[in-house]
Amino acid sequence: MPNLLRTIQLALKSLMLHKLRSGLTMLGIVFGVFSVIAMLAIGEGASQQAQQQVLELGATNIIVRSVKPPKETAGSQSSSSFVLRYGLLRADYDLLSKTIPTVEQAIPIRELTKSCRHLHREMNCRIVGCTPEYLDVNHLALAQGRFISDKDRRDKTNVAVLASGSAQDLFQYEDPLGQSIKIADRYYTIVGVTRAREASAAIGGSMSGQDYNNDVYIPLETMRARMGDLDIDRTTGSFSAEQIELNQITLKINDKDRVEQTADVIRESLKQNHKSDRDYSIVVPLELLRQAEQLKSIFNVVLGSIAAISLIVGGIGIMNIMLATVTERTREIGIRRALGAKQQDITMQFLTETIVLSGSGGLIGIILGLMTPFAFRLIKVIVENLIFEDGIAGSDLGKMLMGMNPQPVPASLPIAFGISVGIGVMFGLYPARAAARLDPIEALRHE
Amino acid sequence: MDMAAQVIDLQKHYDLGPVVVKALRGVTIDFPKGDFVAIMGSSGSGKSTLLNLLGALDRPTLGKYIIGGKDVSLMSDDQLSSIRNELIGFIFQSYNLIPQYTVVENIEVPLHYRTGYPPIGAKESKRIEELAAMVGLKDRLDHRPFQLSGGQQQRVAIARALVNDPQIILADEPTGNLDSATEAEIMEMLLALNREGRTIIMVTHEPAVAKLAKRQIYMKDGVVAGEGVFPG
Repeated sequence: MPNLLRTIQLALKSLMLHKLRSGLTMLGIVFGVFSVIAMLAIGEGASQQAQQQVLELGATNIIVRSVKPPKETAGSQSSSSFVLRYGLLRADYDLLSKTIPTVEQAIPIRELTKSCRHLHREMNCRIVGCTPEYLDVNHLALAQGRFISDKDRRDKTNVAVLASGSAQDLFQYEDPLGQSIKIADRYYTIVGVTRAREASAAIGGSMSGQDYNNDVYIPLETMRARMGDLDIDRTTGSFSAEQIELNQITLKINDKDRVEQTADVIRESLKQNHKSDRDYSIVVPLELLRQAEQLKSIFNVVLGSIAAISLIVGGIGIMNIMLATVTERTREIGIRRALGAKQQDITMQFLTETIVLSGSGGLIGIILGLMTPFAFRLIKVIVENLIFEDGIAGSDLGKMLMGMNPQPVPASLPIAFGISVGIGVMFGLYPARAAARLDPIEALRHE
Repeated sequence: MDMAAQVIDLQKHYDLGPVVVKALRGVTIDFPKGDFVAIMGSSGSGKSTLLNLLGALDRPTLGKYIIGGKDVSLMSDDQLSSIRNELIGFIFQSYNLIPQYTVVENIEVPLHYRTGYPPIGAKESKRIEELAAMVGLKDRLDHRPFQLSGGQQQRVAIARALVNDPQIILADEPTGNLDSATEAEIMEMLLALNREGRTIIMVTHEPAVAKLAKRQIYMKDGVVAGEGVFPG
């Protein structure tokens, strides 16, 4: 058909004859295409987020953390004393840092939650006993002052670096540098303040989300000397104590290709010092990245199937309407045949109408799909404002929703449009052929 | 004499399973150029079947139909479409305009199906306007069929029949749905076309209308029962 533009124009004219019907028919494709693009965008957003998280943890890092073991029913050792002893040992740190050649760096951390005071202001802070490397490994930056130094470690000095949140809460408008805070009856001099950092989200079951903004960093050795390994919790009528030597060891591997291999070695090595592997866990960000990618591809297949089904349903809707249209316009077909239209002309005419229908449905769907990120922002605002009304924002669904950040995938747009046109051809061909095969004499006689 | 169309021993049989209906049983008629023939006959006489064959909407079972020097009786469906498009102009009893199209677009329809699909350009647009002016609808070009009276719709149909400058015009009860005043207008228009030299074949059962034609052919039981100039 050389007069393509004219053909499309006339097809539009015929479709406009029944605006509501054409619109409703189009909806099937609109929603199909919209859901393809929106779902892919949500999947892409989630995957980017996961990748970002993993990158923050460091793709060449392996993180070993202490985990409180589940309570044993017939407590063999914990019943004899009040102290629950678990987690990573300094011996583990020595073992891992000294015996595995691929480990470039090992950074031990000890964490405690303690009350910190400055004058009358008091807050619960996460006290992190760490080494100078902690700053880089966790992508933290200093706002003022300095971080903990090797000299601090050697001398076990009472110095502390505040995270932005803790500095804000404890000092408000004062300059914290050079001032001191009181942690567990001892005073620490503030030598630095870190910049605010976005909290990292929880990964799997082994790492909970971390809000870095309420931390107080002190040298690991100072912590051991001043606070010991024992963490005693006295609350009304109960007493519990835990003894943990280290909460986390972050291991930096020198070769990206050997990360997973090293993780296996670490798993084996740790068995030497631990009776069971229930009081520690190993997080390999690279493995998580692989898992996230795998999950994404599964997600895409599932979404693809759902979208395919919705598009097929939309296509069937189009076919149904086109068959009805052919019956309704039998006389028009007869007239056209009498005036010289060949069978293929009639086929082309109805096929064009179907393609115009499904193609414009596809375009509308793409526009709606591109608006998903804005729609999500709007939904988030609404959900946030409902927070005190019925707690949607606090629920799991709310959290999931708040975490979503759809990213439209550019490649999905032409593909979605192509598919919608393809649906038009696929489901329009039969009605169009049926129209073309009508006997012109019969068709002319049709009322 | 130069022939516009010719049917020779035309037969059309319909196989209805147990019986074979012979709608046409050997019809031979010559249609010289510039002729105006009225085909008459009661229902079942075979005049509709003859008209369908003359319109190249169907193929005869036996016999020949020659139009524009070509025998169409053995042509393919696509070839028949081209014949209808190029050599025949149809005028129907119920006008048969396309409801969603304007007057101009309706007249334009046969142009869409020309061989090779040449684009519709300024030349064609001018011709459509001339035809619309000729049938007196110059100021109604953008009207839709439902905005027009029966007589006006039939005039659109006449303009449409002429747009490809056909060899013959086939009119099937062209005034059947019209009142007598409008009937006179339409017939006057057909007569004017005939005076210009166009060949017109008209099916009608109204003697008053048939009388206006140059000659009349009476059909009965699938054959030509009588022929002549009315009241012959």
